Amino acid sequence: MSAPLLEVSDLHVRFGDNEAVKGLDFTLHRNETLALVGESGSGKSATALALLRLIEREGGTITRGRIRLFDEKPHDLTRLSDRQMQAIRGRLVSMVFQEPMTALNPTMTVGRQLTEVLERHASLTRRELRRQAVAALERVQVPRAAERLGQYPHELSGGQRQRVMIAMALATGPRLLIADEPSTALDVTTQAEILALLRRLQAETEMGVLFITHDLGVVAEMADRVLVLKAGRQIESAPARALFTAPQAPYTRRLLDAAPRLGGGSPTPPATSPLLEVSDLVTAYPGRRAHPFAARQPVRAVDGVSLQIGRGETLGLVGESGCGKSSLARSILRLAPIQSGSIRLEGRDVSQLHGRHLLPMRRAAQMIFQDPFASLNPRLPAWKLVTEPALIHGLVSERERRDLAVTLLSEVTLDSAHLDRYPHQFSGGQRQRLCIARALSVRPRLIIADEPVSALDVSIARQVTELLQDIQQRHGLSLLFITHDMAVVERISHRLAVMLGGRIVETGPTAEVLTSPQHDYTRKLIDAVPHTEIPRRVSTAVSPPERYAGAWV
Amino acid sequence: MTVLVAHASRAAAAWRDSGLSFRLAAIAGLVLLTVAALAPWLAPFDPDQQTLLARLSPPAGFEGAKAGHWLGTDELGRDILSRGLHALRITLGIGMAGASLGMLLGLTLGLFAGLKGGVVDDLVAGAIDIQIALPFTLLALLAVAIFGGDLMVLIIVLGIAGWETFARVVRGEVMKLRGQPFIEAALAAGASPWRIATRHLLPNLVSPLVVMFALSFSQIVLLESTLSFLGLGVRPPTATLGSMVGQGRDYMPSAPWLVIVPSLLVLLVTLVVQLLGDSLRDRTDIRLRQR
Repeated sequence: MSAPLLEVSDLHVRFGDNEAVKGLDFTLHRNETLALVGESGSGKSATALALLRLIEREGGTITRGRIRLFDEKPHDLTRLSDRQMQAIRGRLVSMVFQEPMTALNPTMTVGRQLTEVLERHASLTRRELRRQAVAALERVQVPRAAERLGQYPHELSGGQRQRVMIAMALATGPRLLIADEPSTALDVTTQAEILALLRRLQAETEMGVLFITHDLGVVAEMADRVLVLKAGRQIESAPARALFTAPQAPYTRRLLDAAPRLGGGSPTPPATSPLLEVSDLVTAYPGRRAHPFAARQPVRAVDGVSLQIGRGETLGLVGESGCGKSSLARSILRLAPIQSGSIRLEGRDVSQLHGRHLLPMRRAAQMIFQDPFASLNPRLPAWKLVTEPALIHGLVSERERRDLAVTLLSEVTLDSAHLDRYPHQFSGGQRQRLCIARALSVRPRLIIADEPVSALDVSIARQVTELLQDIQQRHGLSLLFITHDMAVVERISHRLAVMLGGRIVETGPTAEVLTSPQHDYTRKLIDAVPHTEIPRRVSTAVSPPERYAGAWV
Repeated sequence: MTVLVAHASRAAAAWRDSGLSFRLAAIAGLVLLTVAALAPWLAPFDPDQQTLLARLSPPAGFEGAKAGHWLGTDELGRDILSRGLHALRITLGIGMAGASLGMLLGLTLGLFAGLKGGVVDDLVAGAIDIQIALPFTLLALLAVAIFGGDLMVLIIVLGIAGWETFARVVRGEVMKLRGQPFIEAALAAGASPWRIATRHLLPNLVSPLVVMFALSFSQIVLLESTLSFLGLGVRPPTATLGSMVGQGRDYMPSAPWLVIVPSLLVLLVTLVVQLLGDSLRDRTDIRLRQR
């Protein structure tokens, strides 16, 4: 191992009364990737911001400890003035953020933002600037780089935006790159590309990478060493291989168990009659006009989809963002405009119904949304939130609402002492439980869950998924589980449908689709799942007898 | 009774965690309201009673002040303190009624436009644009010319003048909220449009409404002053704060108290309302209240 690049000792960071980081020690060498792993609130982002001394902007302070960065001579970053820090940021240390859309300035072209970075650290002519900007984009494998310089961030795809962010971060040749969840907001296939790009760039430049993530699959792909954080404390620090094969701390083991991975086996489809039959469904949104007097060209988000869900069956629907998964879900529930096709729920065609006539269907089918916070009215207390559908359908009177709320909360393992709390007083996982309770309040036949765990931490996501699965089995519900995560889908769905560009390209029993995918895109999705090399004995995944043995690890 | 106690204890709690500016504003607001409500009993003179022998006498403590006229008299010998108190009463009433009317109108139309969309929205948006483009004084002139300078007419005119701000903001908020998953969740649960408007949208509109109400109130107080100043407001001799300033302006060099007293009252009223509006906005936001 070469000379150390970054040495952090006894780092303490405080936000007001709350100590976010409580004594962290680590060393990062050149050409090494250190992963900071932890769930939200573990202090990993606070650590990253502290390293760049951007923590003050967020209202935090470094209360104790040393951050030494070795250039020609060592700098103690905690002692430098703001001016000296400015010189270090960008030149020696750069950062890539999670959400490239918000980290880029929406009103500036990509070229302008790139040249701004280049200008700040060297005085160059306009032509030279442009040449370097093109080179920087080519380095991160952005196709047709010269054209991109004139484009604005919103004109690029998420993956390309993240590439631009990386190009900006690396434009000045930093020694240390801090990557804060750089692939979390991206699709699995795009994520795999970005990770590969980061690895290649690191090999070229021999920079040190501090990689912050909650995704152990990504850690296994990227990291040389891993530091596990929990509530601001260091739980375990070990070389990646050692951590995955023989985790020491119980918390690490729990995290590893919760990490979704392929090969856990799926439940076999039950033989039942269909509850929901969708055929040739087309949903279109009014699109752009070619010129001011042209008719709007409709954009087909769902383009002739047919699918079936049996009673008591879970259908997993996977596909990348923008493939029409959510539009399909919203169309089935008649929340999006249907152009043609039919939707039969319990044998009754609901695609032509309107207004009051939709009510029976609204009771039979419920939805759970991706963002639990946004899908709960911030002004209503928990007991009102979870019982509202039941009240609307006349299943409870205003007086019985609280009693029903108690039952529902216990169903989703929430404490009934929290009845009077408002959504902002719950954690992410608890909020999603509230959403599940709300869906259950009318005792539906079908629940459509649109990425219900994507916004949650791994271990919480695991719990919520298991809760959903448990409820599905206990009540004999049908579940349409929408996700972009193959591993989650494998664990809970009887059958699987793969969606691409508004169509379903492959469908079948989950095990069958995963072992012998027919469509190229399915294969790509499966390959893109980061491989966590975890020996089977660590895994304590519930494996009821009806599950088949996993074929891949 | 228990409800009353609960309200009292909540009010006490609100008082405990509020800042100094809120407390001062709350006290000042209460004093202003009480004084305005009790004007007929508090005022030492009939506000319209002229005493020509005591014309333009300065406030107490200045040379030539007449006993009993604490804030002096105007050009017709009317007691400024008495006129000021009665004027405050009318001005507060006009502000309250006008702002409420504007809020009711704007909220209804804004909610309707934001929820319905399509033609309804186009119509309301068009009406908002027209209202913005119309010079308000012209509108007021027209209304006064047709319906006369009645107090009711004035309140309606002022209320109509303010609806457009409410409608614009409410419409925007509703359009933003309409896209939120929790509205979609309510739709998916089978909630009727009425339920969505009253249970889901309205509570989320309280904060902007409170702020706008405060703004609109101050604006209406000032507008009424302007109209009275132009002679379009409440008919003389009834005093409003604006008309007192308007009529006093000819005597400004020699008898500045004619203008200073009502001006200070206008300033105080608008300031108090603004301060109360700001703190109320923070208090109505549940997310800020309890963490």
